[in-house]
Amino acid sequence: MNRYTVAILVKNQFGVLNRLTSMFRRRQFNINSLTASETESNEYSRITFSFDGEEENKKQLINQLYKLPDVCSIKELSDENSVKCELMMIKMKNSSSTRPDIYAAAEAFSAETIDYSRDSFVLRLIGQGSKLDDFITLMKDFEILEICRTGTASLEKGGSVLRQAINL
Amino acid sequence: MLLSGSDILVKTLIEQGCDTVFGYPGGQILNVYDSLYTHQNEINHILTAHEQGAAHAADGYARTTGKVGVVISTSGPGATNLVTGIATAYLDSIPMVAICGNVPTTQIGSDSFQEIDITGVTLPITKHNYFVGNVEDLADTIREAFRLAKSGRPGPVLIDVPKDVQIAKCEYEPQPQVEAEKAFAAKDVRIKEAAEYINKASRPYIYFGGGVITANAQEEMLTLADKIDAPIGCSLMGLSGIPTDHPRFLGMQGMHGHFASSMAMHNADLIISLGVRFNDRVTGNREKFAKGAKIIHIDVDGSELSKTVNAVCGLRGDVKLTLEKLLPLISENKKPKWQEKISALKAEEENYLDNREVLTPRKALLTLNKYLGENNAVATDVGQHQMWSAQNLTFKTPRRFVSSGGLGTMGFGLGAAIGAAFGTKERSVLVTGDGSFGMCLNELATAVSYNIPIVILIMNNGVLGMVRQWQTLFYEKHYSNSILGRKTDFAALSHAFGADGEEVSTPEKLDNALKKAFESKGVYVIDCKIDKDEFVLPMLPPGGSMDDIITQLEVQK
Repeated sequence: MNRYTVAILVKNQFGVLNRLTSMFRRRQFNINSLTASETESNEYSRITFSFDGEEENKKQLINQLYKLPDVCSIKELSDENSVKCELMMIKMKNSSSTRPDIYAAAEAFSAETIDYSRDSFVLRLIGQGSKLDDFITLMKDFEILEICRTGTASLEKGGSVLRQAINL
Repeated sequence: MLLSGSDILVKTLIEQGCDTVFGYPGGQILNVYDSLYTHQNEINHILTAHEQGAAHAADGYARTTGKVGVVISTSGPGATNLVTGIATAYLDSIPMVAICGNVPTTQIGSDSFQEIDITGVTLPITKHNYFVGNVEDLADTIREAFRLAKSGRPGPVLIDVPKDVQIAKCEYEPQPQVEAEKAFAAKDVRIKEAAEYINKASRPYIYFGGGVITANAQEEMLTLADKIDAPIGCSLMGLSGIPTDHPRFLGMQGMHGHFASSMAMHNADLIISLGVRFNDRVTGNREKFAKGAKIIHIDVDGSELSKTVNAVCGLRGDVKLTLEKLLPLISENKKPKWQEKISALKAEEENYLDNREVLTPRKALLTLNKYLGENNAVATDVGQHQMWSAQNLTFKTPRRFVSSGGLGTMGFGLGAAIGAAFGTKERSVLVTGDGSFGMCLNELATAVSYNIPIVILIMNNGVLGMVRQWQTLFYEKHYSNSILGRKTDFAALSHAFGADGEEVSTPEKLDNALKKAFESKGVYVIDCKIDKDEFVLPMLPPGGSMDDIITQLEVQK
């Protein structure tokens, strides 16, 4: 099993996300993370999937995705050729006994406090998925109330852009 | 000119060269039917007994003509009744446009009467589908649907049109028929690579499927075969692609393929595959499939290359254009040793043929061959009779074998035969079984109402023969729910529908009945009694390879 990240530029139409995720479902891929948003042009959306699977199946999946009329271009983004970033908010239980340790970790990870109340506080972290995973591991020693992650956003390094990726 | 959505819909169909549509009216498509009424001199609507029959008819029409088949239904159950027909077309890459009515846009999503999310339902069984929310988008959406349906690897496209969009008005300008996307040949470097493999091969085998028929690449394929002295086999979908009696043609390959064809493929050192997708019914156990052979694969759909079997050389492109570029790079040579082997296989195959003089399935189909004209399309349902037909019927013209290959849809045949008769404007034939026929025989009403000449040959064995065959071989003769034992009198049933029909149980009577059937002006049903333990042979057991092939059983020697 390998983890793959694929960025897809699609026509910005309703139902398009459903068409893509349906293809993942049909090929029995579980999606680990997904981000979708409009781009510099409101005609297009950029959708980034990360998922686990085998090389052969991944190739087949990409070939099938290419066949969808709404798909404009697809690029596989590896750790070497791309920059990746994810945002996480984590809500911790607030108690005087654990607060110093949590804040020490938060400082080390450059997490920001964006909400603070008597019973809880919310920390915001930005970084690679693995960094966020590490922070969660640390926080498991304390009481995590809830977590929300955005999923991986990814751009290719250098001057090339997804818009110009050639269709097969 | 300012027109209503429904008028625009019908006018756009006409503009796109569609002169025959199949369908069934209902509440949310009434406006379109009103427009069909207005334009009945320009477009012919065939009313079926059930929407599924309409979808199969549009499919049969498309398979026999190469044109886009069009089917129309209302919302809700009308739309869901199309689903099997759309899926059948999808799996066999048949160009089709399905148009459904839906509740007004103001009611969408409120679970109104006969509302269903049909674009959601058909997402995995269409090439693409559209929900038309504005009348301004309607004409262009239909044009785009036609373009998609016939471009590249063809397939079905569905358009969902809410009732208020059918009523709303906007400007309509007629436009010329849309062209399919321009076909292209595979990359030169791949073609060169393929040529090198082909020139080095000593036992090449050409294996073609429906893609060759779609691309109209028969001539180029035969030239290639002559140049390299190769035998030719095909998948179920390839049947009728080249004349059955062509000296290089060994017949269908696969689980129930012709012995010589399957064995030649198994013994080849190079398989040149054209417009096929190496379905599991073709390869058997993929680990053991044609182990000694390299595979060259040409297909218009890149996702088929190395999907199930690994090709040493995958060429994405139009089969015809790619072969045109490949042919000049191929050196001509004879392969007497390979041909000797092929002749030996053919001779061996003769020994396995079922030559009993009683009314065997093979005997029935050989008798049918005597009456089959060059232009008569033969539709089948699914099961033993389908395989017997594939093995024994002879064809001279492409697009005359109409069978559900990918989805294997029982109940496909009668609708398809009706569509085929409209497509070819000739008598069509349906070979079916009592099980399959029982699924959608309501379309007899359609065939009789429109007085369509159809010969229906029911291979009646009182059981679900293919299921029974498997139960005999692999389930210790536990005939679980495969014995029909129905009391249906198909001849009387035909009469009740207004058709002719008779029962036969000897070869002579069958011959006589077929003679009458082919002279009849309407529907003629022949209830042909065969034994319940006839087998489809040869058979490649599931998960087996050609080494495990079953060629004969005691009962048939």
